[in-house]
Amino acid sequence: MSIARRRAIVPWLWVAPWLLGFVLFMLIPSMMSLYYSFTDYSLLEPPVGIGLANFAELWRDPLFWKVIRNTLAYASVSVLVGTVLALLVAVLLESHVKGRGAGGVARAIIFLPTLVPLVAAALAWAFMYNPEAGLFNRVLGVMGLPRINWLGDARWAMPSLIIMGFWNIGTAMVVYSAALRDVPRSLYEAADLDGVSRLGRLWHVSIPAISPAILFNVMISIIWSLQVFGAPQIMTEGGPDHSTYVYQLYIYESAFRYGRMGYASAMAWIQLLATLGIAGLTLALSRRLVYYRGAV
Amino acid sequence: MTPAPRTSRRTPLPDRVLLTALLWITAAAYLTPLLFMLASSFKTADSVLDPSAGVLPRFSDAAQAIDNYRDVWTDSATDFPTYLRNSLLVAMLSTIGMTVSSAAAAYAFARMRFRGRTALFVLVLATLMIPPTVIIAPQYLLFKQLGWIGTFRPLWVPAWCGGAFSIFLLRQFFLTIPRELDEAAAIDGCSSVGVFWRIILPVARPALVVVALLQFIGSWNDFVGPLVFINQPHMYTVSLGVYMFQSQQGQTPWNLTMAASVIAVVPVLIVFLLAQKAIIDGVATQGLKE
Repeated sequence: MSIARRRAIVPWLWVAPWLLGFVLFMLIPSMMSLYYSFTDYSLLEPPVGIGLANFAELWRDPLFWKVIRNTLAYASVSVLVGTVLALLVAVLLESHVKGRGAGGVARAIIFLPTLVPLVAAALAWAFMYNPEAGLFNRVLGVMGLPRINWLGDARWAMPSLIIMGFWNIGTAMVVYSAALRDVPRSLYEAADLDGVSRLGRLWHVSIPAISPAILFNVMISIIWSLQVFGAPQIMTEGGPDHSTYVYQLYIYESAFRYGRMGYASAMAWIQLLATLGIAGLTLALSRRLVYYRGAV
Repeated sequence: MTPAPRTSRRTPLPDRVLLTALLWITAAAYLTPLLFMLASSFKTADSVLDPSAGVLPRFSDAAQAIDNYRDVWTDSATDFPTYLRNSLLVAMLSTIGMTVSSAAAAYAFARMRFRGRTALFVLVLATLMIPPTVIIAPQYLLFKQLGWIGTFRPLWVPAWCGGAFSIFLLRQFFLTIPRELDEAAAIDGCSSVGVFWRIILPVARPALVVVALLQFIGSWNDFVGPLVFINQPHMYTVSLGVYMFQSQQGQTPWNLTMAASVIAVVPVLIVFLLAQKAIIDGVATQGLKE
């Protein structure tokens, strides 16, 4: 083999493990899933092609529309409120004046929940929501307010899961606070010269300057919140009355509980395309709102 | 890097007190669920469900605390010592694999010129957009055909192919290493493997540590993977074990469920306490824009 040929091959050897993993563990399963989505596949017998029947059945399946509504409700509130909350905490951390060390401890504490195993977090929150002895109802009791059956009441179960999600703003908060620290000081000085108020500085300087980081995090949050699964599976099993039955839970139960791999695959592909679509739409809509330094 | 913009010069004292108070209230709120978990794990089965019993355990319950943890540890329906070993094995194997192969790919992306490099790197980043749970069902079928169901392989082999975030993080770090170092080594007769091994890896140790820690924690915490791929009780990981412990027939008392949860949290907590700054700084690079 010529030296030139060898030199052309070497880089591919270095990326070979990733490439192999991509093909074997992502591309092939995705393609299998696409194929199964056009079949009736019970796992016990070989798949039988049925054309678009899975998609037609989904269209008429009230539960399918229910899980879409639930998932969109969860995702939209989680992403919107979660982003605002993470930004506020990041601003609070960065404007925290004295004692870098103390700020560091607060940052570590607020970040810590993102590292807590999902199962442990879900169980701790399930007990916090316990109607008798949970922390939330204890606080309501002390304040003289009526108790809430958080996870047991179809009106409250989904809000409870959303509130629990706000415990995990740590990653976004860390990213925002790092981005805030990178905002050139000259921008603030210019704002000071113009006599801009503190809130004005936040709105007109800080947020535009870190908008690329915000966009990135919003995209990631959208993708992750659309596939929420663990917390509803552990805490409510989709109940009560299907009020927390989310899209991913329906896929999981279709595939592994009802043995309907074809139906589950059709749902998975719809989700993949919808997720990419929503992410793409967010990206397109954000064009005007995101400011890249140097690009102007 | 520009110095951090501080509001201190212009922030009047009352505002400063308010901001500090707000910050600590937030931090306290975020710590509460963990403290509640810990406090509940020390109580008796009755007092944990008694709203009049107070949130904090009583000192007289000290013996109860030890009993709770022993009950979880020696529970006959579950086997936490084994789960802990399983989790440790899977987490270590996937950590080594993730670090090694992500570093290799990142090295090619940072240091080598080849056709299709940019397109390939975009593809790596694009996989961040693919929800992992979307393909978990067909992955199960694939692993079944490979004969991997009934082994730990589905939980750690994919990590040996590297991951998008790790590759991205390491590439960003490798790009900051001066090229003169590579060139000097190459003149001394180092091959690309030699440069990688003798120059890049030693210099990039902090970044490698971050990737390894995040993968270790991610693998330790994984719930969906073990839930789908592991179906024999003696192969449960800690996460799956805690879930199964809680959902055993009959209601598992909350004090024991919380004790089991604490057992799952402690290893992660230790890793975090040891490397808190490295982990947070590593996570912060996610926001880096090229």
